[in-house]
Amino acid sequence: MSSFISIENLRKKYGENEALKGVTFSLEEGDFLSVFGPNGAGKTTLLKLLSAQTRPTSGFIKYNDKRIDELTDDFRSKFGVISHQPFLYENLPAVENLKFYGKLYDIKNLEDRIKEVLELVELYNRRKDLVRNYSRGMLQRLSIARALIHNPDIIFLDEPYTGLDQHASNILTNILKSLFKDKKTIIMVTHNLMKGYELSSKLAIIKNGNLKFFRNKNEVEDFEFEDIYLSIISEEQ
Amino acid sequence: MKYFKTIFNIVEKDIILELKAKEVINSMLIFALLVVIVFSFIFEPGADYKIDIAAGILWMAIIFSGILGLNKSMMNEVNGGNLTALLLAPIDRSAIFFGKTFSNFVFLLFMELITIPIYTIFYDISLLNNFIYNLITLLLGTYGFSLLGTLFSIISVKSRTREVMLPILLLPLIIPLILAAIQAMNIFIKGEDIVESYKWLHLLTAFDIIFTVVIYLIFEYVIEE
Repeated sequence: MSSFISIENLRKKYGENEALKGVTFSLEEGDFLSVFGPNGAGKTTLLKLLSAQTRPTSGFIKYNDKRIDELTDDFRSKFGVISHQPFLYENLPAVENLKFYGKLYDIKNLEDRIKEVLELVELYNRRKDLVRNYSRGMLQRLSIARALIHNPDIIFLDEPYTGLDQHASNILTNILKSLFKDKKTIIMVTHNLMKGYELSSKLAIIKNGNLKFFRNKNEVEDFEFEDIYLSIISEEQ
Repeated sequence: MKYFKTIFNIVEKDIILELKAKEVINSMLIFALLVVIVFSFIFEPGADYKIDIAAGILWMAIIFSGILGLNKSMMNEVNGGNLTALLLAPIDRSAIFFGKTFSNFVFLLFMELITIPIYTIFYDISLLNNFIYNLITLLLGTYGFSLLGTLFSIISVKSRTREVMLPILLLPLIIPLILAAIQAMNIFIKGEDIVESYKWLHLLTAFDIIFTVVIYLIFEYVIEE
């Protein structure tokens, strides 16, 4: 059976620096992969390559057996990205931001969908406020609403818990659990071992651009995983 | 159809953003008016020679204030990572470019609409003679400037020295456009034979068409790199 996402010998160079050095793995539809690793390991580069923000130097990425560079622009509507950056216009109200992105994704019944996602992240009452007046947690919640407005099938998250207060963190966790239940494919880069382990169905550790560990979660106990992570991170080059 | 809808959506968003923030047009307008007014003091009252260089001053005001506006306009896309979000959307990436180009074009035209009447008063010049030709020159010149200005503002905006980088990259390439626009307007302002201006209008038109096609073809690669 072919995989939903398959990556083979993926490499990415930025000048002389090789951020990814031949990564290979595959995911099935509905998998939740948490990717761990120290700063500069190549995690964000992997997300950028998977979401077609940049092209690999060599190797390939396939979605349903079709190479990413052969896919049409429309295929990107399957992607939802939550990043360090909010992807929001700070001088526009929340609702105008969502309206703009909603139009780019050609969403039917846009007003209803905006209401739905704003209620999901508990920001409906603040929908008319300018984004520049939002706190960090509210900004991240709105960023989640923006990423989900077109109901994507594949969700990429880059350190989504960074800077979130407890309330925003709980909202994000509940949303991710619900997306996983709905068989969405999720790839999350995180430093938070406990949260990543708790939510995911597959675990990966990247170090210096190499995939050092890739397993189903049910093959690893939670108490073991932290030791595995620490031993990989502290390994000599 | 979706292509043009995307362009419209981006222009609409930029206009709403500008109505809220008033950053791009205000900075361009203040700078353009300063250039026009300050340069007007170099002429003695009633001097005849000013008619020879007045078109050049108008275009310098447009170009330099435009560079200021282009940087500000593109910063809206870079702050908060919006350019990345646009690239992730299921749209032709060149439509993003032309959306931004037309936004900048609209902002520049608005700035010109206010600057030019003041310019005509300070330099005692009427652009109403040969009005259509002056208008065509302004539209062609402003579009060409928006086109290349938007491209290079996208390239330079992530650089720490973007204020310097944009004019360094842009100005050498738009010399033909500046030259043609100034020469054509000089002919109209002085009331010379219109036929003399055709070669400059042809140059402006060719410049706009060539760069529209080239950028349409290469933008996907430019933005990824």
